[in-house]
Amino acid sequence: MIQVKDISKTYAGTTVLTINDLDIPKGQSFGLVGNNGAGKTTFFNLLLDLIKPTTGRIESNRIQVDKSEDWKSFTGSFIDESFLIGYLTPEEYFYFIGDLRGQNKADVDAFVKQFDDIFNGEILGKKKYLRDLSKGNQKKAGIVAALIGNPEVVILDEPFANLDPTTQIRLKQMLKTLVDNKDITVLISSHDLGHVTEVCERIVVLDKGNVIKDIKTSEATLKELEAHFAL
Amino acid sequence: MIKRFLNLEWKQFFRSSHWQKNIAIKILMGLFGLYMVAMFLLMGTGMYFIIKKALPESDPFVVVTSFIFYWLLADLMMRFFLQKLPVMSVKPLLTLPIKRNQVVNYVLGKSATSFFNFLPLFAIIPFSIVLIRNDYDTSTVLIWALTLIIIVLINNFLNFIIESLSAKTSLSFLPIIAIAGSLFALNYFEIISFSSMISKGIMAITANPILLAVPVLILVGLYFYNFKILKESLYVDISVKNKVEEAKTTDLSWTNRFGSLAPFMQLDLKLIMRNKRSKSTLPLMAIGLLYGLFFYPQPVYRDMEFMFAFIGIFSTGFFLINFGQFIPAWDSGYYRMLMSQNFKYKQYLRSKFMLMGMSVVILFVLGIPYIYFGWKILLAHFAAAIYNIGVNSHVIMYGGSFNRKKINLDQKAAFNYQGTGAVQWLIGIPLMLIPMGIFGLTNWLAGFEIAVAVLIGMGLIGILFHQKLMDIITAKYIASKYKMIDAFSQEN
Repeated sequence: MIQVKDISKTYAGTTVLTINDLDIPKGQSFGLVGNNGAGKTTFFNLLLDLIKPTTGRIESNRIQVDKSEDWKSFTGSFIDESFLIGYLTPEEYFYFIGDLRGQNKADVDAFVKQFDDIFNGEILGKKKYLRDLSKGNQKKAGIVAALIGNPEVVILDEPFANLDPTTQIRLKQMLKTLVDNKDITVLISSHDLGHVTEVCERIVVLDKGNVIKDIKTSEATLKELEAHFAL
Repeated sequence: MIKRFLNLEWKQFFRSSHWQKNIAIKILMGLFGLYMVAMFLLMGTGMYFIIKKALPESDPFVVVTSFIFYWLLADLMMRFFLQKLPVMSVKPLLTLPIKRNQVVNYVLGKSATSFFNFLPLFAIIPFSIVLIRNDYDTSTVLIWALTLIIIVLINNFLNFIIESLSAKTSLSFLPIIAIAGSLFALNYFEIISFSSMISKGIMAITANPILLAVPVLILVGLYFYNFKILKESLYVDISVKNKVEEAKTTDLSWTNRFGSLAPFMQLDLKLIMRNKRSKSTLPLMAIGLLYGLFFYPQPVYRDMEFMFAFIGIFSTGFFLINFGQFIPAWDSGYYRMLMSQNFKYKQYLRSKFMLMGMSVVILFVLGIPYIYFGWKILLAHFAAAIYNIGVNSHVIMYGGSFNRKKINLDQKAAFNYQGTGAVQWLIGIPLMLIPMGIFGLTNWLAGFEIAVAVLIGMGLIGILFHQKLMDIITAKYIASKYKMIDAFSQEN
């Protein structure tokens, strides 16, 4: 689904990301871990064509992302709170995103309804603007919005950060159901090794912009990762 | 400590990523400032002789003093619209071992070094020198100058109090206009003669310097009042966190007739209605619309036909200019999200064009009563409206692609009351002066009807080539996509 070829990103002489060859097949749940500055967000920004690669190219479903915009119709993403429109209510935001993805109000309503247990009654029908929600609730709204319109590629940057324990567990359940659907390719980055090994079938470790581990998740993966990062 | 604060601001200024891009505007502002300085210098040196010549019987010193009231009012108005309390991001400082008093004193102290406080000196000092040269008592003149300087500072701090009060109301600029207007009216109709009160007061001070204590006490009082207001706003829950307001939903389904543009138009309308930054420009629309009333009632202006185009462009294009100049910065807060969504950039821009076009039509229709002052005026306004839709809207959107400054819609910097500065007014000049020049020139060369026809013609050409122009503008926006994303994701 996603092919990365010789991609690199350099800021003023410092290379922050170099990935020579990375292939993420359709339906895979892909986890990205690494310390701060490892290049996780840079990679996602490149995937979403929010920054220009210095060299190389990324193809999503055979579409080169910085050449054509056609990948946008099947890609849903949530990077951070700057993806939210603060002066809309969560419902209006969902409808807006739905509009852009060809979903009418009824579709969006039906879709959003299945996340009631994650929303925990704090998001819908509260007559609050997104800017007035807590960080955690904003994140929930953003993640759900990224899933509107049956995207084939879902990109979530640190979905577990800022969430309360209950929501982390519920979100994990939700993501597990999502990755069971073999039509959807899910890319997640996280600092929480436990969560990410539970959700993803493949884990890639970035360090200073380089891929240093590419693991097919098994029982031993969590131990291996913990050992790696303990150094 | 002050050194550290200055150091912080220095860094903030030079390390903000795109400050070089704004250097043209800064130069323009600098030129404007120099122009003001020159005018004040001219006034300061020449005033004595002008008054001497015009009114040989009177004492220029007394005449000037009697006009100080009007100058005070004008100064206050100018400050209100152009001067802002120096902004400082206080949140990171609150938990550090810095006394709140220090922060407040620093901000207030810095405001005293504003350009607006130095400007009057360029008139006061030369005028004082001329007075002394002409055998006025040196100590009297010095005390007079000192009094004026104190009054300037009083205005400085009075302005911030008015700003902080008006920030609480939604019609932010009404209080100042009401206050200044009623003071002027009371004075003009001689109900209470403030001008003579103030001039008598100043004269009394020059006669008896001990009375200087009165303005000094007023100044100190205002300083401490400001101090109190600012200190109260230095708590996280007031200055940093926004008040939670209940979301209001408005039925915007009428925009659905615009098809694929509808989601963006709804978004823009909500943006305008729900954010302090944009909401505060709405009441200004009334001023824009009624702008003609400053001119047309006077027969002098009714003969100056080139003014019709200027007023027409201004009053029908008021929303266009105010909204348009911040495209796409209005959406800067969530620009990255927009850029990863599935839509055509052209649609996004066209919805803004539609909105601006509609505003021009609405403002023109509301301005039809101007026909009272003659059919020529209405005709010129009509031509100006077409020009606005066809030319100015495209120009301002093209200009927007150079926009590299983030707008904070919902989070106001702690001391920032107004959000609009002189820059905003300057950008409007080319949009208004060019059509005014074209109109004035053809009017002078070929007559009124031709001039109207030329403006309409240019507007129609713009409308005719709308799709083509939009393609060019869209390409320009797409070309600067990465730069915009980068700039919009930076604060300041």
